[in-house]
Amino acid sequence: MSTTTTEKVKATLAKRYARETRFRAYGFISIALSILFLAILLLDIFSKGLPAFTSTYIKLDVVLDAPTLGLEANPTLEQLNAANYSKAIDTSLETLFPGVEERKQKKALKAMISDDAAYTLRDQIVADPSMIGTTQSLWLLADDEIDVFHKGGVDRALPESDRRIKDFQLTWLDKLEAEDRIESQFNTIFFTRGDSREPEQAGILSALIGSIYTMLVTLLLSFPIGVAAAIYLEEFAPKNNFWVDLIEVNINNLAAVPSIVFGLLGLAVFIQFFGTPRSAPLTGGLVMSLLVLPTIIIASRAALRSVPPSIREGALGLGASKTQSVFQNVLPLAMPGIMTGAIIGMAHALGETAPLLMIGMVAFIMDVPSGVTSPAAALPVQIFLWSDSPERAFMERTSAAIIVLLAFLILMNLIAVILRKRFERRW
Amino acid sequence: MSTLGILLTLTVLAAFSYYIGRKRSLALATPVKRGGNDLHSLPSYYGYLVVVWAIIPALLLLALWSSLEKPMLTSSIMSHLPVEYQNKSTDELSLTTNRIHNLANDPAQLATAEPVLKAAAEEYQQMQSLSNTIKTVLVLALAIAGIFIGLRYVKPKTRARNQVERVVQFIMIGCASIAILTTVGIVFSVLFESIRFFGHVNIFDFIFGTHWSPQTALRADQAGSSGAFGAVPLFVGTFLISSIALLIAVPLGLMSAIYLSEYASPTMRAYAKPAMEILAGIPTVVYGFFAALTVAPMIRGLGESVGLSVASESALAAGIVMGVMIIPFMSSLSDDIINAVPQAMRDGSYGMGATKSETIKQVVIPAALPGIVGAFLLAASRAIGETMIVVMAAGLAANLSFNPLDAVTTITVQIVTLLKGDQEFDSAKTLAAFALGLSLFVITLILNVLALHIVRKYREQYD
Repeated sequence: MSTTTTEKVKATLAKRYARETRFRAYGFISIALSILFLAILLLDIFSKGLPAFTSTYIKLDVVLDAPTLGLEANPTLEQLNAANYSKAIDTSLETLFPGVEERKQKKALKAMISDDAAYTLRDQIVADPSMIGTTQSLWLLADDEIDVFHKGGVDRALPESDRRIKDFQLTWLDKLEAEDRIESQFNTIFFTRGDSREPEQAGILSALIGSIYTMLVTLLLSFPIGVAAAIYLEEFAPKNNFWVDLIEVNINNLAAVPSIVFGLLGLAVFIQFFGTPRSAPLTGGLVMSLLVLPTIIIASRAALRSVPPSIREGALGLGASKTQSVFQNVLPLAMPGIMTGAIIGMAHALGETAPLLMIGMVAFIMDVPSGVTSPAAALPVQIFLWSDSPERAFMERTSAAIIVLLAFLILMNLIAVILRKRFERRW
Repeated sequence: MSTLGILLTLTVLAAFSYYIGRKRSLALATPVKRGGNDLHSLPSYYGYLVVVWAIIPALLLLALWSSLEKPMLTSSIMSHLPVEYQNKSTDELSLTTNRIHNLANDPAQLATAEPVLKAAAEEYQQMQSLSNTIKTVLVLALAIAGIFIGLRYVKPKTRARNQVERVVQFIMIGCASIAILTTVGIVFSVLFESIRFFGHVNIFDFIFGTHWSPQTALRADQAGSSGAFGAVPLFVGTFLISSIALLIAVPLGLMSAIYLSEYASPTMRAYAKPAMEILAGIPTVVYGFFAALTVAPMIRGLGESVGLSVASESALAAGIVMGVMIIPFMSSLSDDIINAVPQAMRDGSYGMGATKSETIKQVVIPAALPGIVGAFLLAASRAIGETMIVVMAAGLAANLSFNPLDAVTTITVQIVTLLKGDQEFDSAKTLAAFALGLSLFVITLILNVLALHIVRKYREQYD
C-alpha cells in the first residue's frame, strides 16, 4: 500500500515541481508586466512631453523705421501701442528670403513667426522707444509647426503631401539653419501664461493656479471636517448604535462611489440649488472635499486607533476629561498619520477630472484666476482639453502638462512618505 | 460686505471674545487667594464659552441667509414681472430667470437689455444689495449680542469646560453626519432629476430600449435628432469595457498579490509593492491620454496587420488601459486578504507534503475566496464608474455590440457628453444624464454593499 503511494508520488513529482515553477513564474510575470506597463507609460509621456520644455526662436534683422511701423515722429504711448509691428517683422522676413512672390508662399513665410512675436516686439519698443529707427537683431518666437520641425518631429523623407511642412518651407528652414538663425530656448511661456489657441503661446499657469485654489478650498473644508468626524467615530461614538453604524456604512460606501456621481451632486446641489458660481474653484473645491472626505476619515481613524490606550488612560488618570485627553494627548500623537492620509487624499483630488467636467471647469480660460470665485481651469482639465486638439505641438504640451502634474503628485507622495518615516514610532 | 469679509470680521470677533472671556474669568478668580470663589474650569474654557456664544448663532444665521437669499429674491422678482411673462411655460420662465441673473451680474449686458428685463435686473440688483446690507448688520449684531450673553455666563460656578466640550461633541457629530448628508444629497439630486426625466421618457423605454440618440430636436424639421433614450447600448458598452478591464486586472492583480505575499523576498516586496501602487496614483486623465494616443493606434495597427478592421476608438484599448489602472487596486486588496490567512493553515498543508503552489491553490485561495470575491466586486464597481479613460479613449457612438474591436460608449461617457459645458436644466437631454447617473449609482452601490458585506463577514472568521 505504502509503496504504491510512494511510487505514485514519485511518478508525479517532476510534474508537480514543474507546475510549482510555472505557478511561481506566472506571479513573477504578472508583477513584471504591471511594472513594465508603468515604465512604458512614463517613457511614452516623457518622450512626448520633453520637447515642449523648449521652444524654437528665429533670429531676424528687424528694421524698425517709423514709416514701416506707421509711426510719426515723437509718437505718443497710444500710437506706440497701436503701431504695425507685424509689418516690420514681415518685411524683415521678405528681405531675408527675396524672391518669394507667390501669394500662398508669402503667406506661409509670414506664418513662420508666431503672432506673439509682434506683441513681444511692441512691449520691447514701448519700454525703450529709442529702438525706433535702428535695425535690431531679434530672436522671435517661431510658429508651432516650425517648432515641431526644428525639434525633429517631422520626417523629411515623407512625401510632401503627407506632412504639414512643404518643400519650399524646408529650403527656408535649411537656410535659417545654415546662417545660425534658428535655435531652441527654454520655454518660459509654458510656465508663465494661460491657455491659448496657438500651441506655441499656450501655458499652464492659469490651470495651475486654478488647481491650487481648488486644492486650498478642498483642504480647508475636508481636513477639519474629516478629522473631527474621525475623532468622533473613533473616540466618542457609542458602539452598536444605529446612527453611528449608519454613518460608518455611509463613509465606506462613499469611498467607493464613482467620482462622476459627485460631479452630478455638485451640479444639482451646489450650482443649481445654492447658486455657487460655475467653473469656479469654490464649487470645485466643495465637490472635491466631499470626494476626499471618506479617504481622510478612514486614514485619520487608522491613525487614532494606532495610539495606544495607555496614553488615554494616563491622561484620564491625571484628572483630564475625555475631551482633554483626546485633544491634548491622543490627537498630537496621531497627527503625522492623519497628515499622511490627508496628503494622499489631496493628491487624489489633484488628479481628479470627471467631477470638474460636470461643474463646467472646461471653459477656455486664458487669464490667471484672481480668487476662488473667478472662472478657472484645473491642471487635469487643461490636460483633457489639450488632448483633444489636433496640433502636434498641443500633444507635446499635453504630455508636458502631465509631467508637471505627475511631478506635483510625486512631491506630495514624497512628503507623505517622509512624514510617515519621520514620525513612525513603535509603542 | 462680502461673505468673505463677514467671515473675516467674525474671526476677529472670535479672537476678541476669547480674550475678554478669559480675562473676565481671571478677574473673577483673583479673590481666590483671599478666600473667594474658585473657578470651576480653566480660564481658557471661559474664553471658549464666549467664542461659542459669539460665533455659532452668527454663523448659522449667515448660512441660512446665504442659502435662502437667491431663491427668495428670484421669486419676488418673478412675481413682479408683467403678466405676459408670468403666463409663460416653466421652461421659458427659468430661461428668463437666468437672463435676469446674468444681467444683474454684468453691467455691460445690462445697458443693452430689453426694458422689462432691465427693470427686473435693476430691481434684483437693488434688492441684492439691500439684502446684503441687512445680512451684514444682522450677523454682526448677533455676534456682538452673543459676546454680551456669553460674558454674563462667565461666573466662577459656570461649568464652562463641560459646556464647551458638549458643543465640541455636537460639532464633531455634525462633521460625521456630513457623510450621511452627502449620500442623501447624491440620492436626492439624481433621483429628483431622474423623476423629471421619466416624466418625459417612459422608464421602460429607458431601461429596455436599444436605441440611444439623445439629440433632441430644437426645431420640428431638424434632421438627425430623434431623441431616443434607450440605454441598453450604454449598459452593454459599459459591461464590455469593464469585462475587458477585469479580464486584465483580476488575473494579473491576483497573481501579483500571491507572488508578493507568498514568494517574494522582503527586499523585492519593498520595491515592487510601491512601484505597483504608483499605477494607482496616476491620474486617470493621464491613462486616458495614453489610451487614446498610444494604445488605441497601436491596437489598430496590429489589427490591420492581421487583416481585422478595428475602430480607431475601440473598446479593447480603453479596456486594457483601464485594466492596468485597476491592477494595484485588485492586488493590494487581495494581498491584505491573503496575508490574513493564518500561517497554521499553510503549515498544515506543507506538513502533508504539498508544494507551495498546491497549498496556495487548494488551501490559501479557498480560505481567502470570499475576500477575493469582495475585491473583485469592488474592482468591478470601479471599472463601471471610471470616467476619464473611457471619455478619452472609447467612442461616442452608441453601438449595440459585443465585439471588443468596435467603438462602444459607456454610461459615464454619455453623462459627460450630455452635461459638458453650458446647458439648460429642463431638456430631456440634460435630465437623461441624471437618469444615467442614477443607474450608475445604483449599480455601483449594489456592488459596493455586496463587496463590503462579503469582505467584512470574511474578516471576522480569523480574528
